[in-house]
Amino acid sequence: MTESANKAKLWVKGCRIIDPVNRVDEIRDVYVEEGVYVDDPGTAFRESARCIDATGLCLAPSLTDLQVHLREPGDTHKETIRTGTQAAAKGGFTRVVCMPNTRPPCDNPGNLRLIHDIIERDACIEVYPTGCITVGSAGEQLAPIGSLKNAGAIALSDGGHCIQNSELMRRALEYARMLDMVVLDHCQDTSLTQKAVMHEGVWSLKLGLRGWPAEAEDLMVSRDVILSEKTGARVHLQNITSGSAVDIIQRAKNRGVKVTAEVTPHHLSLTDACVAGYESRFKMNPPLRTEEDRRRLIEGLCSGVIDCIACDHAPHNEDDKDMEFDYAPFGVIGLETAFGVVLTHLHHEEGISLIQILEWMSSAPDRILGLAPKSITEGVPADFILFDPAEDWEVKKDGFLSISRNSPWIGRSLKGRVRATYLKGREVYGG
Amino acid sequence: METETVNWTRKHLIGLEDLSRQEIELILSMARSFKSTIDRSRKKLPALRGKTIVNLFLEPSTRTRVAFEVSAKRLSADVITILGATSSQVKGETLKDTALNIEALSADMIIMRHSAAGAPLYLSRMVDIPIINAGDGAHEHPTQGLLDAFTLMEHLGSLQGKRITILGDILFSRVARSNIWALTKLGASVCLAGPTTLVPDAFREMGVDVCHNLREAVTDADAVMLLRIQMERQSAGHFPSLGEYTSMYGLNKGRSDWLKPGAIIMHPGPINRGVEIDSDLADSDRSVILNQVTNGIAVRMAVLYLCMAASEPVAGALPL
Repeated sequence: MTESANKAKLWVKGCRIIDPVNRVDEIRDVYVEEGVYVDDPGTAFRESARCIDATGLCLAPSLTDLQVHLREPGDTHKETIRTGTQAAAKGGFTRVVCMPNTRPPCDNPGNLRLIHDIIERDACIEVYPTGCITVGSAGEQLAPIGSLKNAGAIALSDGGHCIQNSELMRRALEYARMLDMVVLDHCQDTSLTQKAVMHEGVWSLKLGLRGWPAEAEDLMVSRDVILSEKTGARVHLQNITSGSAVDIIQRAKNRGVKVTAEVTPHHLSLTDACVAGYESRFKMNPPLRTEEDRRRLIEGLCSGVIDCIACDHAPHNEDDKDMEFDYAPFGVIGLETAFGVVLTHLHHEEGISLIQILEWMSSAPDRILGLAPKSITEGVPADFILFDPAEDWEVKKDGFLSISRNSPWIGRSLKGRVRATYLKGREVYGG
Repeated sequence: METETVNWTRKHLIGLEDLSRQEIELILSMARSFKSTIDRSRKKLPALRGKTIVNLFLEPSTRTRVAFEVSAKRLSADVITILGATSSQVKGETLKDTALNIEALSADMIIMRHSAAGAPLYLSRMVDIPIINAGDGAHEHPTQGLLDAFTLMEHLGSLQGKRITILGDILFSRVARSNIWALTKLGASVCLAGPTTLVPDAFREMGVDVCHNLREAVTDADAVMLLRIQMERQSAGHFPSLGEYTSMYGLNKGRSDWLKPGAIIMHPGPINRGVEIDSDLADSDRSVILNQVTNGIAVRMAVLYLCMAASEPVAGALPL
């Protein structure tokens, strides 16, 4: 960031401010100086500031995503830290947590420093790397968690490789509690998902595809809840998809267990019926579930059982993804569509307020990371988005900043789009 | 020989789920016409002369592959068979590229067997020539479903109100799925039978009954269709042993007394004699297993003819 940009004065005029931290939803001007918000600084400031007429637009704290796969190092044909953060900025995110399942995996401080260096060089937003829980995410031996923390890992995760050995998971949680690190777990009992490619249900029966029962998630959610309660460690349950898992989390939270949970935009809006055409852009891990599960996920968010929304942005290039359904890799991209999808399906369809949605996509994930939640408050960094909640736009295959195109939304219309993203008062996306 | 006006618009045959009752009846009626030509001493018809059909069998098969080859040759098409082990797929070529190359070699149709469910539908989005599904994973095996319906109607007449029991490994069976769609569309009531691990109750949502007791499942059946029990299901824990399976669900001479008089026994093959069915029953008068094989030729001739005609600008009358 250049000095001049940092010192730039910004006057955002006529916007509707939506700030879940200060519980504010009102129309007023916003002022930024040297990258932080300032209260009404007077006429002189307005005369010298760059003025953005944001009449008709909303201004809100920018978004945070707890689960993205930036693929660098190792799979830079799918995504890089440069392209992934550009995609994130376009989607309204200024903080993303990148998963450690790179090649090689981020299971030692050297790899973490390499990733930090690339972030320093290429990232246009804040990227928080995680470290592996086990060496190579193989689920056999603890990674040097303390050294990873010292090297800057914000949290621990084995990516899509859920630790199957519960003894090892317990040790990992005990260790993580000592270091006060949150463990992000992708809940999957792999003995129930051998060769499975989609949700086990009527659709998998019809399509003849190997089913992935919701119990595979429920069992590991239960285990994690029990181990979190015993060890006192903070566990964040990633991409919850099963309605019954929501019930398990609810009971745990009622007892005061320190678990948090997230849900993806695609599980909030799509169901296993989407797989009917065997299109691999609807193949992800965990799989799309039933309409009933989808309803219970939305209820879980609204009741506070599920804390936040995260993309699980998982880029795969077309050569890899354009396959028979059985052979295609799991995963979809989501950073550039997440906000539009959530506004379309939760705000416009379900009538959920914008302030509530921003809580799920901005403040809540910040708190889970132990960061101060972004807000529009004097003296705090001006990390914000300008968005039009009513703009209709079509998701186009050639419209992505991400290198990959594996989006289930291509060809669909969404309502609500980010128009600009600012990090410390500086525009990182505008269009 | 009567001629029929072809009223068929589908270029591909991917599955029976999407077909209407009228479309299924059209295929079966045309198959009946073709069957009458099978016993001729000179069997070839000129319908597909000059057409090249590629039999792309990426999963092992004898019966279906030969039946398609015979059917295509009866219609005077040139047939090229590509097997999984000899295809470029072993060199890592994708299915998409294999198919595009076959199309570029000016083939007029691809008949495909593939272990991945959905592969024929995927392929039909890639190429312009007709794709005929000869079995895709556990999804569908439409020509088997059609030939089973054809055989049933030969023996039972209309299937309206008839009770057909399908017995065995339903969960992993494409034959069962294609039969469910065909038979229910033709008005039959279908019962799926076998252990809970191979016949999950969720099948009920496809409009069929589910039964786990053999005697109950077969007593009111007009036909019992057996499916092959695959050895690998045992190791995956779907049932404790072949012996236990046979003791609970195997069909033998003694249990054939549970069947109605005149009820027929079917099997798509290959048979595990002594496992799902005893030899004396498989070779008895009730068995129509070999009729199924013969009928497979007529049904596939009809399918090849109809889909090829639908892929051409002008559809003509059936030249018998």
